[in-house]
Amino acid sequence: MELNGAEITVKCLADEGVEFVFGYPGGAVLNIYDAIFKQDKFKHVLVRHEQAAVHAADGYARSTGKVGVALVTSGPGITNAVTGIATAYMDSIPMVVISGQVPTAAIGMDAFQEVDAIGITRPCVKHNFLVKDIKDLAATMKKAFYIASTGRPGPVLVDIPKDITGQPFAYDYSMSVDMRSYNPVVKGHTGQIKKAAQMLFEAKRPMIYSGGGVVLSNASKQLTELTRLLGFPCTNTLMGLGAYPATDKQFVGMLGMHGTYEANMAMQHSDVLLAVGARFDDRVIGSPEHFARDARRIIHIDIDPSSISKRVKVDVPIVGDVAAVLDELIKLIKASKERTDATALSAWWAQIDEWRSIDCLKFDRASAIIKPQFVVQKLWEVTKGEAFVTTDVGQHQMWAAQYYPFNEPRRWITSGGLGTMGFGLPAAMGVQLAHPDAQVACVTGESSIQMCIQELSTCKQYHIPVKVVNLNNRYMGMVRQWQEFFYGNRYAESYMESLPDFVKLAESYGHVGMKIEKPEDVEPALREAFAMKERLVFMDFITDQTENVFPMVPGGAGITEMILAEEL
Amino acid sequence: MRHIISILMENEAGALSRVAGLFSARGYNIESLTVAPTEDATLSRMTIVTRGSEEVIEQIVKQLNKLIDVVKILDLSDGSHIERELMLVKVRAFGKDREEMKRMADIFRGRIIDVTEKTYTIELTGPGTKLDAFIEAIDPVAILETVRTGASGIGRGERILKV
Ligand SMILES: Cc1cc2nc3c(=O)[nH]c(=O)nc-3n(C[C@H](O)[C@H](O)[C@H](O)COP(=O)(O)OP(=O)(O)OC[C@H]3O[C@@H](n4cnc5c(N)ncnc54)[C@H](O)[C@@H]3O)c2cc1C
Ligand SMILES: Cc1ncc(C[n+]2csc(CCOP(=O)(O)OP(=O)(O)O)c2C)c(N)n1
Ligand SMILES: [Mg+2]
Repeated sequence: MELNGAEITVKCLADEGVEFVFGYPGGAVLNIYDAIFKQDKFKHVLVRHEQAAVHAADGYARSTGKVGVALVTSGPGITNAVTGIATAYMDSIPMVVISGQVPTAAIGMDAFQEVDAIGITRPCVKHNFLVKDIKDLAATMKKAFYIASTGRPGPVLVDIPKDITGQPFAYDYSMSVDMRSYNPVVKGHTGQIKKAAQMLFEAKRPMIYSGGGVVLSNASKQLTELTRLLGFPCTNTLMGLGAYPATDKQFVGMLGMHGTYEANMAMQHSDVLLAVGARFDDRVIGSPEHFARDARRIIHIDIDPSSISKRVKVDVPIVGDVAAVLDELIKLIKASKERTDATALSAWWAQIDEWRSIDCLKFDRASAIIKPQFVVQKLWEVTKGEAFVTTDVGQHQMWAAQYYPFNEPRRWITSGGLGTMGFGLPAAMGVQLAHPDAQVACVTGESSIQMCIQELSTCKQYHIPVKVVNLNNRYMGMVRQWQEFFYGNRYAESYMESLPDFVKLAESYGHVGMKIEKPEDVEPALREAFAMKERLVFMDFITDQTENVFPMVPGGAGITEMILAEEL
Repeated sequence: MRHIISILMENEAGALSRVAGLFSARGYNIESLTVAPTEDATLSRMTIVTRGSEEVIEQIVKQLNKLIDVVKILDLSDGSHIERELMLVKVRAFGKDREEMKRMADIFRGRIIDVTEKTYTIELTGPGTKLDAFIEAIDPVAILETVRTGASGIGRGERILKV
C-alpha cells in the first residue's frame, strides 16, 4: 500500500494502538494534520499551548502506563513543548513526541520556523530521531515507541521534515525492532537476588524504600506481597506514592524533604535498606555525607545501572525490572526456612511507633481560616480516596502528597523531578480522557494554575469534567516558606497580586466556578462539585496565607534534621 | 585518575554530539576525544581520555552505555593496552636550528614530512607522554604550530572490543 509520509505517520500511530494525540498545528505539520482529518482511529485533542499537549500526553501515560503522544509544529511549536518533554524525561515517562521540521533542503538555512529540534531536546529525551528519508519513517516510528516504553521509560522525539511527509512510500509496519545497541535488562542476576534475600534475613532494623520504578514496572502487587511477607516497614518517594497501599499499617508515609518524621528516622537508622525503583534523589536523602554517618547495607533494584551507586554507594546492586526481580526474590524467600529475627523486628517496630506517635502531620483543625491540609483531607473523604489527583508544584503539591493517602498506583500524577508549575491542569486532561468515568482532581495553587490556565478552553471543547482544587494562599507559598525560613522574612516577588476572579474566569470559559472562604463550606463545596459529573468545576479555596509545609528538611541538611510544626 | 575509554557506536549523524553533550551536561571532563568509522562502516569508534575519581568514571561508563547509539564500551585503563597519538609540529628550521631540529626529530623517531627553506613539519607518533617530551625538548620559540589528534587506544593481546 503506497501512502505519503503524513499518512504513514498517522497509520503508525493507529497501528501502535494510540487513542489520543495531543497537539497543535502549524506549517510544518499541515500534511500530518490533513492525514489526521481523514482518519478515525484515534482522537486528536487540540490544546491551547504546546506545553500543555505534552503534559496532557504525560498525564495520559502516567495514569494508564501506555505511551503518551504529542504532535507539534517546527520552531516555536517544539520550543514550547520542551518544558513538557523535560518534565516527562525527569520522571521517566513513556512518550513519543512528533515535531514537524522545515523541508530537508531548508535545514540549516535559517528557514522560517526552523530550530534544531534534535539539538535542543537532546539533553531531555531518552532518544531522538531526525527522519531524513521516507524509507526510514515507519521503522523510526516503531523504534520510537519501543525505546520510549521499554527499559527505563522516557520521551522520544521524532522530528519529521515537511517534504518527507509529502513523499509517497509503501507502508509496512510489520518489522520487528532489533537494535544491537539497545537491549535493556529485565531479569535480575540470580546470585545477587540470593545475596539480597540473605541480607534481608540478617536485618535487625530493615526498611523498604520504594519509588517511581515500582509504578513504572507495574509491580505494586509484588512490592505489597514482599513487604507483608517480611513484615518490614515501607516508605515511598513522592514518585512512588500509591505503589504501596498508604492506609496499610506497614506504610510509614513518604520520606524526604517533606516526608514524615517516622519515615526519615527509619530510613536513617535502618541497618538493611532495600531500595526498589528509587534513585536516592537529593530531595530524598538530603546530605549524602549525613546519610552515610549511620552504617547500613543497601540492596538496590533498578533497571538503569546509572541510577545505582550514583549518589549513595550500594552493597548489592540488582539491575533488572522491579516486577521480575521481586517475583524471584519472593519465590526465594518463600522457599527458604530462614526468617528475620522476630524479636529484633518487633523492637524496631516499637521504635517506629514511638516516632510515629509525635504525629508530625498534625495541624490546627479548629482554625477559623481554611487550612490547606483540611481541604485535601476532605477531598480524600469526598472522593473516598479513589480519585486521580494531579498537582502543580509548591506547597499544595506537598500537602496533596501528605494528606491524600493513595492505595493504588497511577492515581497520583505529579511532576517530581523537574517540578514543573503548569503541569497539573493539562495532565488532568490526559488523565480524564483516559478514564472518562473517574473522579479527577487537579490540586493546584493560584500561581501555578496561571501557567497553563488557557487549557480551561480545551476542557470546554472536549467536555473534560476535571475538578480544580485551587489552594489559594495569594502567595507562591513554597517560595514564601523558604524566604520565611532562610531569608529573614524578605518576601521578594513571591506575593501574587492582581489575581483574577477565578469564579468569573471559570465561568467565562463556560465552566462552574466556586469561591470557598470558610472551613465549614469546604466539604459541601467538594460534594457539590463532584456531584456535577459532567462539568468542570473550579473551586477557589481561600486558604491560610502563612501556612507552611512540615516536616521540612532544609536543603543540604540530613534527613533527620527536620523542622517540625510548632506544638499546637 | 586518568582513564582512556573506547566506545563503539552506531555511525549515525549526531552520535558524536550525544557523547559530547553528555560530558558537558554532567560536568565530566574530556581531555581528548577522537572518532572515525571502523572497518564496518555502520560503526564508529571513539576514544575518550578523561579524568575522575572511580565513582565518576563508573558513572561516565554507565551514562555512555545508556546512550541509545552506543553499542559497546571498554575502559582500556582497566587492563593492559596500547595508546598512540599523532602530532604534527611545524618548527622554525633555519641557521643552526635546522640541524638541531633534524637531530631531535631523529631522536624521537619523528619524520619530517614537509620542508621549506625556513621550516620543517615533523610527524610524531607515540603515547601522549612522548609527544609532551618532544615539545619539552625543543626550543619553545622555534615552535610555529602544533596539532595533535588526541589519543587512540587498543587493548593488548586478546582484549578485543568488537560487536
Ligand atoms: C516541591 C518539591 C518537593 C519535593 N519533595 C520531595 C520529598 O519530600 N520526598 C520525595 O520523595 N520526593 C520529593 N520530591 C520529588 C523529587 O524531586 C524526585 O522527583 C523524587 O524523589 C524521585 O523519586 P524516585 O526516587 O522514586 O525516582 P523516579 O524519578 O520515579 O525514578 C524511578 C527510578 O526507577 C527506575 N525504574 C524505572 N522503571 C523501572 C523498572 N521497570 N524496573 C526497575 N527500575 C525502574 C529508574 O531507572 C529510576 O532510577 C519533591 C519535588 C518537588 C517538586
Ligand atoms: C515553571 C516554574 N517556575 C518556577 C518554579 C519555582 N517554584 C516552585 S514552587 C513555586 C510557587 C508555587 O506557587 P503556587 O502555585 O501558588 O503554590 P503554593 O506553593 O502557594 O501552594 C515556584 C515559583 C517552578 N517550580 N516551576
Ligand atoms: Mg499559592
